[in-house]
Amino acid sequence: METIIIILAGVLVSVATYLVLSKNLIRVILGTSIFSHAAHLLIMTMGGLKEGSSPLLGEEAATYTDALPQALILTAIVISFGVTSFFLVIAYRAYQETNTDNLDILRGIKDE
Amino acid sequence: MFTVNLAIMIPFIAALIIPLVHKKVSRSYIGWVVFIVPAALFVYLASFIPSMAEGNTIVHTWNWIPSIGINFTSYLDGLSMIFGLLITGVGALVVIYSIYYLDHDEMLYHFYVYLLIFMGGMLGVVFSDNIMVLYLFWEMTSISSFLLIAFWYHRKQSRYGAQKSFLITVGGGFAMLAGFIMLYVMTGTFSIREIIASVDDISAHALFIPAMALVLLGAFTKSAQFPFHIWLPDAMEAPTPVSAYLHSATMVKAGIYLVARFTPVFGGGEIWFWIITGVGFITMIWASFNAIRQTDLKALLAYSTVSQLGLIMSLFGMGSAALYFGYSAESVVYTQATFAALFHLVNHSTFKGALFMVIGIVDHEVGTRDIRRLGGLISFMPISFTITLIGSFSMAGVPLFNGFLSKEMFLTAVLNISKLNIFSLENIGAMLPVIAWVASVFTFVYSMIIVFKTFFGKYKEEKLEHQADEPKMGMLIPPIILAVLVVVIFFFPNILGNYVLSPAMSSIYPGFGPNVDLGVEIEQWHGFNTELWMTIGIIITGIVLYLLLKYWKGIFRLFPRRFSFNRLYDNALLFIENRTTNITNMYMTGYLRDYLTYIFLFFIGAAGITLIYTGAFTFDVSNDVPVSMFELIMVVIMLGAGISILFVKSRLAAVLLYGVLGFAIAVFFVIFRAPDLALTQLVVETITTVLFLACFYFLPEWKKEEHDGRTKMTNIIISVGTGLVFILIALGVQHGQLFESISRYFEDAYELAGGMNIVNAILGDFRAFDTMLEVFVLVIAGMGVFSLIKLKSRKGGRKIEDQ
Repeated sequence: METIIIILAGVLVSVATYLVLSKNLIRVILGTSIFSHAAHLLIMTMGGLKEGSSPLLGEEAATYTDALPQALILTAIVISFGVTSFFLVIAYRAYQETNTDNLDILRGIKDE
Repeated sequence: MFTVNLAIMIPFIAALIIPLVHKKVSRSYIGWVVFIVPAALFVYLASFIPSMAEGNTIVHTWNWIPSIGINFTSYLDGLSMIFGLLITGVGALVVIYSIYYLDHDEMLYHFYVYLLIFMGGMLGVVFSDNIMVLYLFWEMTSISSFLLIAFWYHRKQSRYGAQKSFLITVGGGFAMLAGFIMLYVMTGTFSIREIIASVDDISAHALFIPAMALVLLGAFTKSAQFPFHIWLPDAMEAPTPVSAYLHSATMVKAGIYLVARFTPVFGGGEIWFWIITGVGFITMIWASFNAIRQTDLKALLAYSTVSQLGLIMSLFGMGSAALYFGYSAESVVYTQATFAALFHLVNHSTFKGALFMVIGIVDHEVGTRDIRRLGGLISFMPISFTITLIGSFSMAGVPLFNGFLSKEMFLTAVLNISKLNIFSLENIGAMLPVIAWVASVFTFVYSMIIVFKTFFGKYKEEKLEHQADEPKMGMLIPPIILAVLVVVIFFFPNILGNYVLSPAMSSIYPGFGPNVDLGVEIEQWHGFNTELWMTIGIIITGIVLYLLLKYWKGIFRLFPRRFSFNRLYDNALLFIENRTTNITNMYMTGYLRDYLTYIFLFFIGAAGITLIYTGAFTFDVSNDVPVSMFELIMVVIMLGAGISILFVKSRLAAVLLYGVLGFAIAVFFVIFRAPDLALTQLVVETITTVLFLACFYFLPEWKKEEHDGRTKMTNIIISVGTGLVFILIALGVQHGQLFESISRYFEDAYELAGGMNIVNAILGDFRAFDTMLEVFVLVIAGMGVFSLIKLKSRKGGRKIEDQ
């Protein structure tokens, strides 16, 4: 299971890398979001999968699954949400101001 | 307890206090407040003179970084005493002078803060026994000098001069640091006294010569020795009090101090002797020759300062010959050179300080210091004229002024050295008196230029900005004090010699034992000896050359400006700037793709190579938990969705596929026993997808990526490489459990934090600060979103940027 999830995360990383290398602003933003998905899966896997019960003490289980990665991922999900929405607004604003979403054109003054 | 360490710190403390109180103190008084610092320190240091004269030294240590031998150790001995008195004494006079020189609407407190930082730094240089601390203070003087030269930073020339002096002196300082580290490698100590004590063990060391060369590089750049002298004339853009203080009396003598201080370490050999004497002589003659062609009085004084520094430097070089012989009755003949150096050092500070101040007065009163526009000021400014006369004639080596005494001693030293038959002096030794004599003639000529071109001749009122007049008395007092000293020292030189100069001799020749008197009885009259005849020759030739100046001035045109060191410096700087700009532009392309490519390539390279070299990669599926059919299907769905994103034509499809990814991960969170994550992920994923869709309303449909085949191929290789390295690292880490997991601790969440949900307890209690800051991040992102949507660019805002 772990190996499979890691490979899945690796494929997502490849996809995300390809997307952020493109010229289109929206593709870049999509890429960064997929990066965070891959990172979440990685952190999750590092903590060990499916061992023990959910980290709820009410379950009164003998062992609980590792709670620390879960706390980290929870933080990461929320932050990546904030970042993504900020990126989207930048894209929106940049398009309004410059009428393009092509990064090659957005580069700015040619003759610096 | 009040120690020298504290004395060094006082200017810094004052520099810290000034910005706090400057608004409460009237602008006319701020200078007087500052004046207290050097004046008090001067008195404090002067109180040690009797004790120093008996040969005592005072050491005091404040521990700073004892583990690596760097401590703030102050060492008060004869040599540092001379410099300490100069720094505080001239400093006090310069502060008084500044009070009247600077207008009240200048940034006075900036000026005084810089000046105090310099004062502290300079005291630190001369009183530090630890070479690392010395280096620290050394650079501090360079920085404050930079700030002071650029005090009128709206002038282009000021900025140019400041940058030049900074680059040259700090560059030299860096070399010096390397030299110091070599000294440490050889001796294992940073203390100058301990280095001197172990000098016998290191003189054969392979690093001995490189260390010497590097330390000398620091000294020569700081003391403006040929060919590094070019920064000093440009430093004259500084306000005149600064020129008088830093660039003639104190900072430029730091290099000389360094040479004097390290004479016991490096001195006695042929290389040290010839480098210092040679550079000193070249500097002396080249600068005195060039001083004559200057038309700006301050530039003239700058070249004359360079020349005088060369003279002092060469005297220290010649004095080091005494170490070759060791202590004997005859060696006094050579130590005399060192004594002359110290004597001239003090004399130079008095007469050159007075001259700078008077030139500043002329500049201040009539608005120019160009000798082509000046003339006939004697009837308007008689006091200034008298001071100039005293200063210039002392510099020229005319009797009745202290410069005559030290100049005579200089000639004596040169004559003695030229008769030596060590260090291959038998071949070229005879040249030295000739060079010294010619340089002295030039010195005489430019000294006359200062006096006669400024104060005699026709008064050209139409060329002046203001009517000439004596300045306020307060401005005249500091140069008058210095001018009086010039005369007093001539008549009573031995008070200075016995109490201040002689104690310094044993610092430079510690190997001769503590009780040896190396002092010299200074006499005004020795009878008609060679030196006196030389002086008479200098005066006669000098007068003739001065009178015939316009006939031989054409000689300066023989030196084309294209080959000057200034041009070399400018071109080198331009070359470096252009090259660095090119290199920067080569990789800072402004394209996001390029930057990301660097990052990913670095990741692949660094991580991949580490993985291969360390053999960290392991692969082991035996500990994996088994996979159920359902999970396998989910994995396949995610793989399919992820890869399809790359190929779909419409952005809508891409976002929906992205949503599939997100929701599938939520399902995985359920499978992996993470209910909180699953809930959060579901909410966030829904909002994100909606946000994307909402954003699309405003953005154009995406076009097909038009990459050429090569770019596309590179992108594919980079992406696959990144994914692959990611997988390899993750697999490697998965099987390398380095230490026990700390998660057990959190399972006591109920006892520790009163929470049944461990994840929540971690977020809300164990790592609550983290969560709070996370909220801040969200708030900032929210404010960013809000302002980007709401705020339009101001009308015309774009226009301003375009201009």
